[in-house]
Amino acid sequence: MTEIWADFFLLQDPNLRWVLAGTVMLGLSAGALGCFAVLRERALVGDAVAHSVLPGVCLAFIITGDKDPLALLIGSVVFGWISLLVMDFVIRNSKISTDTSIGMVLSVFFGLGVVMLTWIQNSGNANQSGLDAFLFGNAASMLPEDVLLFGFVSVMVLVTIILLFKELKLVSFDPGFATVIGYPMKRMEVLMATLLVVTITAGLQAVGVVLMASMLIIPAAAARYWTDSLVVMLVIAAGVGAISAISGTFVSYTAPSMPTGPWMVVSAAALFTLSFFFAPARGEFQKWRRRRRQQEKVSGENILKTLYKLEERDGLSARSRTRREILKKRRMEPASLKKGLRRLVSQGLVQHLKGQPSGYLLTEGGREEAKRIVRIHRLWELYLTEKLQLPGDHVHDPAESMEHVITPELEQQLMRILNNPEEDPHNKRIPKASPRSGGAAL
Amino acid sequence: MTTFWIILTACLASAACALVGTYLVLRKQAMLGDAISHAVLPGIAIAFLLTASRNTFPMLLGAGAFGLLTVYLTEKLQERGRLMNDASMGIVFTTLFAIGVIIITLFASSVDLDHECILFGEIAYVPWDIWFFAGMNMGPRPVWILGLVLVINLIFILGCYKELKIYAFDRQLAVSMGIPVAFIHYGLMGTVSFSTIASFESVGAILVVALIVVPPATAYLLTRRLSVMLVLAVAFGVLSSLSGYYLAYITNTSIAGAIAVMAGIFFALALFFSPLDGVFIRRNRKVTLEAPEAVAGMAAGKNREDSIPLT
Repeated sequence: MTEIWADFFLLQDPNLRWVLAGTVMLGLSAGALGCFAVLRERALVGDAVAHSVLPGVCLAFIITGDKDPLALLIGSVVFGWISLLVMDFVIRNSKISTDTSIGMVLSVFFGLGVVMLTWIQNSGNANQSGLDAFLFGNAASMLPEDVLLFGFVSVMVLVTIILLFKELKLVSFDPGFATVIGYPMKRMEVLMATLLVVTITAGLQAVGVVLMASMLIIPAAAARYWTDSLVVMLVIAAGVGAISAISGTFVSYTAPSMPTGPWMVVSAAALFTLSFFFAPARGEFQKWRRRRRQQEKVSGENILKTLYKLEERDGLSARSRTRREILKKRRMEPASLKKGLRRLVSQGLVQHLKGQPSGYLLTEGGREEAKRIVRIHRLWELYLTEKLQLPGDHVHDPAESMEHVITPELEQQLMRILNNPEEDPHNKRIPKASPRSGGAAL
Repeated sequence: MTTFWIILTACLASAACALVGTYLVLRKQAMLGDAISHAVLPGIAIAFLLTASRNTFPMLLGAGAFGLLTVYLTEKLQERGRLMNDASMGIVFTTLFAIGVIIITLFASSVDLDHECILFGEIAYVPWDIWFFAGMNMGPRPVWILGLVLVINLIFILGCYKELKIYAFDRQLAVSMGIPVAFIHYGLMGTVSFSTIASFESVGAILVVALIVVPPATAYLLTRRLSVMLVLAVAFGVLSSLSGYYLAYITNTSIAGAIAVMAGIFFALALFFSPLDGVFIRRNRKVTLEAPEAVAGMAAGKNREDSIPLT
């Protein structure tokens, strides 16, 4: 096993070197270009173009009678372009929607390609074997001249993206603005389309028509979770494409019966899944953690508030309360109360008394924090009744949610607008912050 | 006799697909057929491996499960992953297809199944796939399966005609009217899955897309009534099957491919010559009306996002 790893990564097999170069090139350029396709909501256009080049491949073969890579490339680029024009024509000239137009072009062009392919197969030309490699891709069969041609294409695509980055960005995000400031939109559209068609064509031999779309979509979609910057997104997508290419090639190198293309797609999908769950800021895991932290904050604040209100009810006497007393004052899940209290104790906001009387007692800091929450709650109730003329019995629920989100700045503003009030609409005292502490934050 | 069975299979498949395809085209979900027909590959492969036979029932079951899984994952990704519908669909179905190809290659020695056959199907072999029931020759199996699917589709569409209609044109209205939208939605997705699977076993994944999308799109150009559209879609599907078969017969090529090509030709004819708003009619209209661009746009019933040029 280690031998195979060493063989692979030392690139001793010359054939492997070519295949790897070809697939990595494809991964890089498809990944980068795919960002534009995904951002412009054209993800499945690539799928249709990939299927539509099949008649071009067949026609080039019928004309030249050979599998000359350049001829096949030209044939497929021409048909890729035709398919784009047809899709566009149908959308512009009828009430047919985009997705229907895509599905129509995809299936009809591909059907035409299959008809031509079977015609070639029945015509008995001995050269035709291997043409169907275009359907599922056969990276292992790539010849050095194929790789050179496709490598050239990929480099062209990447260089174009780098040179015209600003223009492509503008066209992708705001075509209307680009037109207004006088960009040659028509030419940019043509350029984008050509890049797409050429990349798809170059990729066909490695991954085949069915899976080509995924090499455009998946890396770009994965990259989207990591960043909001287009440059970074392009780099990450190209990276995801290249890594998938390497791992796909690796699998089919170690197990020669394994197809490269599908393994590239599965690797890309694995990277996408990782991004989906674990990307910082946008990943599901982070979102879940943020949600949980927010819930913990809310439930902690509610417990503090309840403890304070109990003190208030008993004439501001500081005395420890049992969990049952807290639950009687405010309904909540006993389990979440227990957890919340434990967190508050570790934060130093609540003291857990073990002896007689046992129970929970607000610390100095905890009392300040509880006062702050009660203060915000009552300020907000007052604001709603005084400034928005809401009836007094309608203001408790909104205040219940606002008390967790109002910032200190907003709190000061409320104080000012309401002229440092003493009482809330239900004639309850609005607790003032103790002069020496600024109110501890949770 | 073999010709008859092949044509009958093609006609049944096209009728079943055209019926559900009409709703997909109206709901702008035409690519769902493409997605499902590719994504069911692992389901078929797994069913094949588990039962070690080409028994249809487990295959349909495996494929159905993966068809619904595709719909579910696409919706979830779109909802939670903040991806556009087409991107999430593209991710789900290509990945599942890749997994299917890998499973098949992995067990290639023990599996008499190849992905090319699934992609193109081999409708020419249908007459030899005979169903024996109680020792009796009942005719080709695909004919029975497709016939059953067609009947199920008909029952679903006729039974829920009004609900489906409202759901297809205005989902919000359907919700507010108390129509069980979830039932209608998953019912439609279920019938799409089964039509796709049953058809593509005999005609291949790509032709399924052609049958689901192209005849309904053709019908859409020729009428403004749902009932007429359904009938026309089925008619164009059957017409494409008949003419496609003869095209393939004359040129000695793939039947499935030829049917797709014929469907495309009928679509092109409708696109140019439709008396409602074919390209030529629109040209004339532009001459007679004051504000040609705006009116032509309105006549097309377009919203802004549709008129953004493709790539």
